[in-house]
Amino acid sequence: MNKIESPEESRKKFDRIFTDLTRSIVKKDELTRFWFFILLMFIGVGLWGWIIQIDKGLGVTGMRDYVSWGLYIANFVFFVAVSLVGLLISSVLQLLNFSWGKTISRAAEQIAIATVALAGIIIVMDMGRPDRLLNVFLHGRFASPIVWDLTVVSTYLAISVLLFYIPLIPDLAIMRDRMGSKVPAWKLKIYTILALGWNGNPQQYAIVYHAVRVLMILIIPIGLSIHTVTSWLFAATLRPGWDSTIFGPYFVVGAFVAGTAALIILMYVYRLRYGLKDYFDDFHFDKMGRLLVLVCLVYLYFNINEFLVPAYKMKSAEGVHLKDLFSGAYAFLFWFVQIAGIALPIVLIRIKYFRKPLPLSIISVFVLFSAWFKRYLIVIPTMEHPFLPVQNVPEHFHHYAPTSTEIMIMLFSFFTSIFIISVLAKFFPVITIWEYAEEKGIDRKYFTEKS
Amino acid sequence: MENKNRRNFMKTLLASIGAAGVAGSSSILSSCDRIEAVDGDKITLLTSSGELVEVDKSQLKPAELPSLSQNQKQGREGLPGKSWVMVIDLSKCRNARECMKACQNHHQLRPEQHHINVLQMQDAEHTAPYFMPKPCQHCDNPPCTKVCPVNATFKREDGIVLIDNERCIGCRFCIAACPYSARVFNWFEPRDAEKYEGVTYNIEANVPQKKGTISKCLFSADLLRDGKLPSCVSACPNGVYWFGDRNEDAVTNGTTKETLSFSKLLSEGAAYTLMKDLGTEPRVYYLPAKDRAFPFTGEQV
Repeated sequence: MNKIESPEESRKKFDRIFTDLTRSIVKKDELTRFWFFILLMFIGVGLWGWIIQIDKGLGVTGMRDYVSWGLYIANFVFFVAVSLVGLLISSVLQLLNFSWGKTISRAAEQIAIATVALAGIIIVMDMGRPDRLLNVFLHGRFASPIVWDLTVVSTYLAISVLLFYIPLIPDLAIMRDRMGSKVPAWKLKIYTILALGWNGNPQQYAIVYHAVRVLMILIIPIGLSIHTVTSWLFAATLRPGWDSTIFGPYFVVGAFVAGTAALIILMYVYRLRYGLKDYFDDFHFDKMGRLLVLVCLVYLYFNINEFLVPAYKMKSAEGVHLKDLFSGAYAFLFWFVQIAGIALPIVLIRIKYFRKPLPLSIISVFVLFSAWFKRYLIVIPTMEHPFLPVQNVPEHFHHYAPTSTEIMIMLFSFFTSIFIISVLAKFFPVITIWEYAEEKGIDRKYFTEKS
Repeated sequence: MENKNRRNFMKTLLASIGAAGVAGSSSILSSCDRIEAVDGDKITLLTSSGELVEVDKSQLKPAELPSLSQNQKQGREGLPGKSWVMVIDLSKCRNARECMKACQNHHQLRPEQHHINVLQMQDAEHTAPYFMPKPCQHCDNPPCTKVCPVNATFKREDGIVLIDNERCIGCRFCIAACPYSARVFNWFEPRDAEKYEGVTYNIEANVPQKKGTISKCLFSADLLRDGKLPSCVSACPNGVYWFGDRNEDAVTNGTTKETLSFSKLLSEGAAYTLMKDLGTEPRVYYLPAKDRAFPFTGEQV
């Protein structure tokens, strides 16, 4: 980037960037309050649902002995999937030197933290005995994929938090120095503590660069592991529909699709809500659109492998499962997911118009919904078709339908993850100020000046 | 005083029936729920088949019932030197379902929970339908124990796959992993939960059942320890079940009490195992539904 000439101009420009990027923190209006009220209400309702479930037993859900995993597990897989956007944007893109990724990497990390944290919570909510959670540590068996999953998910959460926090430190110092009376004193105090005495000397920047780079590399194997291991929860069983060798990469690519779509939506929301038109601009949406097409194409390839090959052979148990998806009870959902979640974005987003912010965001909403239903289709139909016939049990054991309590708890997980993102946006800038300013050619010395 | 009486009472509760006792039900103890100690010498007990019987108090003697931790320890170890196997003769099954009833009584199961389930099977379009009792297959390469994150389900040395519902976290991964649909979950409070409240957990019968945990067929490991046959085996009126020890190469029929050579029964009866190609190596063998003793009475599947 070209250097900026005069100090005045630099200061002015930096002031503008600072004002724009801290708007999410300073902004106080009815809508914010209303938004948090809605979020907290749904969180409360969901927690109430969980209390009912703990009291009465998991029987309050639609799950029974045959379909013994339902919405929660589908949701868990969905959350792990979306969280992978952190890996894709703030690590892979940066390491490949795509500088446009810098602007969106904090939003990507927000999503990563919020969703992977909820993945951890929803899995506890799925347990029959959440009070015995500690048993996993006391009696953990390393041969169980659940223990692998627990290990990598918690590691991914830790690295994601660090990857969010470390590049934030210079920003925290900037806010500490410049926020003054714009935020309450306690918030300023938080910034001061979290800024760890940052004064912007070159050694400190060197440490941040180094630490971030190490984390970017570390997060790649961990990120790939979380979704690969999550896929193994299914692929490690003998069941038709799950007994597949490509589940690992199939899930990882599906995760990139879901995560990219989620990030596009979040970018659009920030752009609209915090007036960040010049920051999340058409260029970023254009790039994200192209990225979405790319991952969708790879996902299409995996889907063809996953369905066409077994469908060609139609092995007995596999055949029952596939027929149910292609033309049976799940046909509508299945084809909706394949078309709205994969085919449509590939066809449409290749047209330039659909890479504009609004059309792209609308397509992303469809992609994200499809991604959720895709997880539902991965978990439930397979369980409805065990090898041996389902007999001598009540009718509702044969088919799965989620109950209201289950939906309450699912809504809890959605709204809590959105709540986490909202809180992060309320406390910290949604774009890294210092990186962005640097990108625009403003010298570092202006960052720490008191305004 | 009240307390002391209660303690004495509890002691009586921990009693077993002498040889002269009632209709050979050794599981009387594990399933007795309440003892009404009346002034006299009579005592009312609930047998495993669900009947109330009056027993002379003098016939009761204190038993050495292991504590929970001992019970869990010996339950994990299994019976040394044994290698339990079951042979199910499909040609004898006429869907009497006495096995299912006895099992549900023994393991305190709800009506929709089956450790053993008699299925109506038909292998191909033009083949004859038949009834197939399906207990846990007690695989030698069990997919369920592999995936358990807390070692709450495990393979014992005598071949039985057992569950410790004091440890189970209720993740239900084992249900997903089992290709035989052998496992059930306690989605609600188990049957008669209040009745069995405070009763010490018996790992080898998996009773009392616990909300939020798994249950499944255990070959009635508690009965085996007492030298008895599993409850389904002895409940069968039609001679379907053979049960025994592979190491001794002997299996006993639950109905006729006839004992045969296990290997001979398998080779002469052309025995097979369920879904052999999955590599689970079941310990439950089936004799084909050939020369049926009874006509098939179910609906065509």
